Amino acid sequence: MNPHKNQDEGKLASRLLQEITALADSPMRLMEVCGTHTVAIFRSGIRSMLPSGVELISGPGCPVCVTPAGEIDRAIALSRREGMILATFGDLMRVPGSSSSLQEERATGKDIRVILSPLDAVKIAEENPDKTVCFFGVGFETTSPAIAAAVMEARRRGCANFSLLSSQRLIPPAMRALLSAGKVNIDGFILPGHVSVVIGKAPYCFLAEEFGLPGVITGFEPLDILEGIYLLLRQRKEGRTEIEIQYSRVVQEEGNPRARGIMGEVFAPVDARWRGLGTIPQSGLMLRDGFSQMDAAQAFDLPYEEIEEPPGCLCGEVLQGLVRPPECSLFGTRCTPEDPVGPCMVSTEGSCAAYYKYGRGDEG
Amino acid sequence: MKDRKITLSHGAGGKLSHDLIEEFFLPCFDNALLRALDDSAVIPVQSQRLAFTTDSYVVKPLFFPGGDIGRLAICGTVNDLAMAGARPLGLTASFILEEGLSLEDLTQVLASMKGAALEAGVHVVAGDTKVVEHGAAEGLYITTAGIGAIPDGVVIGSAQAKPGDVIMVSGPLGDHEIAVLMARGEFSLQGEVESDCAPLNGLVEAMLKACPAIHSLRDPTRGGLATVLWEIANASKVGVVVEEGAVPIRDQVKGVCDLLGFDPYYLANEGRLVAFVPEKEAKAVLKAMQKHPLGKEATVIGKVTLENPGKVLLHTPIGGHRLLEPLSGEQFPRIC
Repeated sequence: MNPHKNQDEGKLASRLLQEITALADSPMRLMEVCGTHTVAIFRSGIRSMLPSGVELISGPGCPVCVTPAGEIDRAIALSRREGMILATFGDLMRVPGSSSSLQEERATGKDIRVILSPLDAVKIAEENPDKTVCFFGVGFETTSPAIAAAVMEARRRGCANFSLLSSQRLIPPAMRALLSAGKVNIDGFILPGHVSVVIGKAPYCFLAEEFGLPGVITGFEPLDILEGIYLLLRQRKEGRTEIEIQYSRVVQEEGNPRARGIMGEVFAPVDARWRGLGTIPQSGLMLRDGFSQMDAAQAFDLPYEEIEEPPGCLCGEVLQGLVRPPECSLFGTRCTPEDPVGPCMVSTEGSCAAYYKYGRGDEG
Repeated sequence: MKDRKITLSHGAGGKLSHDLIEEFFLPCFDNALLRALDDSAVIPVQSQRLAFTTDSYVVKPLFFPGGDIGRLAICGTVNDLAMAGARPLGLTASFILEEGLSLEDLTQVLASMKGAALEAGVHVVAGDTKVVEHGAAEGLYITTAGIGAIPDGVVIGSAQAKPGDVIMVSGPLGDHEIAVLMARGEFSLQGEVESDCAPLNGLVEAMLKACPAIHSLRDPTRGGLATVLWEIANASKVGVVVEEGAVPIRDQVKGVCDLLGFDPYYLANEGRLVAFVPEKEAKAVLKAMQKHPLGKEATVIGKVTLENPGKVLLHTPIGGHRLLEPLSGEQFPRIC
């Protein structure tokens, strides 16, 4: 509630916009990789301000959206076990599995708890020694250090009834897969600042070196995003192709080695399935051998079944930036936030939900 | 009293039921109409038009910073009357009590109902209690109904907004929902946000004194500001433009929203109102609001346009715009 802040923000924004407009002398297609950016772009109305040559395309960076239905089914199977408490993040509750969702399971009396921090799951385990507590951990590099810390803490406190169903994914391998497939037409990337708080800049350098594409590690305030777009346009103007950090007030070039350290101690990279993108080498995280007694997939012998996408659903194409949500024939008719068909309509950070909520009739 | 609890016998209609009413309800709500204990309260009326409303309260937890289910049950119904410009004449209150509810909790809820009714200047003139077995309710549920008299010349409604109207809110938005959310402890959130829960009839009376021709009044409860604006834009077939930077939201409420992925424009309030006022009289109404204790932080947030009927356009501080849609398909906890 600070009117001066708003005025200053408006002035800075219009200055950045002038620069952007001056540099946008030919079309530039930019992918915002992360769902947090997608939502921030819609909420601040950035699409409505950009010159027509600058196009923003939403990418695969919504952890809930890229979780395959088969993994939701595994979590549901776990929640149905006698004496089980399943803890997970709120966004996952409504994601449809093959025949049910965690929300529907909870309505039939399964003990499923929504938590904000992975450490809360350890606390639940400690408070319920006669129950089995499993944390269904979905997320990217932003969440993995916290999940790793929870695993370490469970071990330190001797919580033998705690386990983890790991469904974590890594952003850079997915971007490599996206570009290697050669289907998407992009001129640069708005890269998620919070991921780089952990991983830093280096893991993105292949974008410039191998694919000749610029990237800017960008924050989430509207002005950050405008500046990120400006920096990408400036690189083109100056003939540079590199990874820059816009979000330097938070992101260090080397990231956070301590957070990466604890991640590496607890997890090892593993091939992982992505909804819409298929199996991507070394793009997921599994518990290392020393922690395998906490691996719910092993402990409860959970088979994985491949689930077909619902007929007509284009979430896979949306996640790769090949199709804009309104181009899907189910969008806004068969598929709405009240009754979602695909995961991109479920998560608050899903591109379909963002287009539906903020974009109808005003896609700028 | 500490160990005394509601039992099914309290709901059997016999001596214990009578004692419960005599001991707990009557002393709390005591007034001539209720004291008669007839099947109906009889209220003399002069007004040509009455406002009549009802609402049920099932909030969890029963107690939260800034209020409880009892205060909510009085304020909610008083506010529904006030949003029609009506002065409340009398309320009824029906209680569904769960077997095992402590009489201490019941007493506390009744006391805060008494307090809120006193603030609103209205009596609870009739009531009912039922007891259900343990597990069939969560502590207690309350249904209140109210009638109010609408002064001559006052015509307020969602369909009355006109192009040129100035839109104002009576204070920061979202406090109630965030206070209840934190009181639930589910997300281990801690903070000092208090519910805004308050009876608004006094504030509305002051506003009507400044301008009897107020067009629309709404209290943005479930669905929040966005839903109320959208409903008025549609009912009145006008456009609504809101300056995002002008919408008052406390930093702490913003912080929790960022954390949970909530949009503050959809948060529930229980003691705030949105007013659509003819441009000429906007200044006088705003001044009247700011003079009232419940409108100290009142402020203008936007205006009504002829263009874009049925749409709510939000101007963002960086100079962009986006549409504000009504609440759809989000999982909000039970908050009223």
